[in-house]
Amino acid sequence: MKKILERIYLGIILLFMYAPIVTLIVLSFNLSKSRARWGGFTLNWYIRLFSDRAVASALMNTLSIAVLATIFSTIIGTITCIAMIGLSPRLRSVITGVTNIPMINADIVTGISLMLLFRFLHIGSGFMTILLAHITFDIPFVMLSVMPRIKNMNFYVYEAALDLGATPFYAFRKTILPDLMPGVISGALMAFTMSLDDFIITYFTKGSGFETLSTLIYNEVKRGIQPEIYALSAIIFVVVLTLLLINSGASDNIIKEKK
Amino acid sequence: MKLFKSGRNAYLMASPYLAWAVIFILVPLAMVVYYGFTDGNGSFTLNNVVRISDPGYFKALWRSIYLAVISTLICFLIAYPLGMILSSMKLSNNAFLVTLFILPMWMNFLLRTLTWMTLLEGKGVINTLLDIVHLPAINIINTPGAIILGMVYNFLPFMILPIYNSLSRIDENIINAARDLGADSVQTFMRITLPLSVPGIISGITMVFIPALTTFAISTMLGGSKILLIGNIIEQQFTLVYDWHLGSGLSIVLMIFILINMIVQAVYDKEGGALG
Repeated sequence: MKKILERIYLGIILLFMYAPIVTLIVLSFNLSKSRARWGGFTLNWYIRLFSDRAVASALMNTLSIAVLATIFSTIIGTITCIAMIGLSPRLRSVITGVTNIPMINADIVTGISLMLLFRFLHIGSGFMTILLAHITFDIPFVMLSVMPRIKNMNFYVYEAALDLGATPFYAFRKTILPDLMPGVISGALMAFTMSLDDFIITYFTKGSGFETLSTLIYNEVKRGIQPEIYALSAIIFVVVLTLLLINSGASDNIIKEKK
Repeated sequence: MKLFKSGRNAYLMASPYLAWAVIFILVPLAMVVYYGFTDGNGSFTLNNVVRISDPGYFKALWRSIYLAVISTLICFLIAYPLGMILSSMKLSNNAFLVTLFILPMWMNFLLRTLTWMTLLEGKGVINTLLDIVHLPAINIINTPGAIILGMVYNFLPFMILPIYNSLSRIDENIINAARDLGADSVQTFMRITLPLSVPGIISGITMVFIPALTTFAISTMLGGSKILLIGNIIEQQFTLVYDWHLGSGLSIVLMIFILINMIVQAVYDKEGGALG
């Protein structure tokens, strides 16, 4: 009896979480423009979406910013994590503290603080400012997933490699890097997802006339929802869901390997 | 450690990020503080911060706190039983289930809010369904109720994750020991399970309360731009009114809440978080 009640509770919460998303995806195939009536199946909104140039350019902006921010933040984050091994405990805790700031701070404060900086420095173009902002909030996520690997690392293998005549770089590449890699990959995926997903910080740092998918959707929604937006939302949901499932699958495998 | 022959190499490697963090994390925050405490001529003033007591702004702040507290409470009441159920299941077959509950955390919150706009509007999906079964329509779009719903929907996973984590870490032997010593299930819960999950609860409350307190998009989309939260007021200062000083001053008020939260969190989270 208790089991059944528990299952029902889980079911209701899952329904609450996913039914709205499913509804949205269903509506993206609805021929009728009305949200209240099913007018038959259509791919019309998807076709309209793909021929919309504003959407195409926003998509390009979103993807190029996400890819570049992921590359830069992964490199900087990983290097910093490796450096943490050799730093004094005090500097290490300073870095940890500063890195925690963007994660704890409200996005709106992070967004306006960066906006003030960019206005002060007269960095005007939307692409550059958003990219810098995204790298900034992505680095903590990379470090968060690389750091545990560093902590659990066995450095004796590295020292053994050196004793056996390997050059430091070769030893690093053969012993430490493979151990770090799962953390680096999941950090990169995390950074990519966060960058793809961000609205608030992008909104404050973009300047006028430059749109990403998130800001485009926000503008459209304020004007009234068109079915194309449902199509766009459905695509984003599916892509992000796939990315996340890959990522959680990857980390599950890591857990299994360890056991 | 032989990885770094001397400390200098490590400092060299850490320096790019240190520079980055100073320029893009610390300096911007210092600028908010600077703008918040100066007027248009650059001279010191407390005016921007004090203006939170303007009736309109104070009402928005009070409303934000009120809605954020209710949303946080609802999230907690939903998430705690959920966390208990999930943590009582065997790990091997619930990993995917847990993932399902936490996944929406990383899905675009604008889109998730948009779904509720669609569901709740006057002739929206929910009212159409209600009409089919001859039930009266509900009109909660553009009310505080809709904003609370939006907040709970968006931030629930942030409550589930830390509570589940702290509950699943509790050693089963402690609970069994309490049972063996004669505690009933209510006593076991009140004196063992609940106190041991406090760090998770605190962390969940922070992760829901801060974004709920500071949101402006959810209130714009579900509150019909008539119900202003403190986030809306600050947003307007930067995107409509261009009064950066006032916007920064009001942000400083928000940062006080965030700071209090950080302190509470630090007191309870002695492990120092994942990075420490």
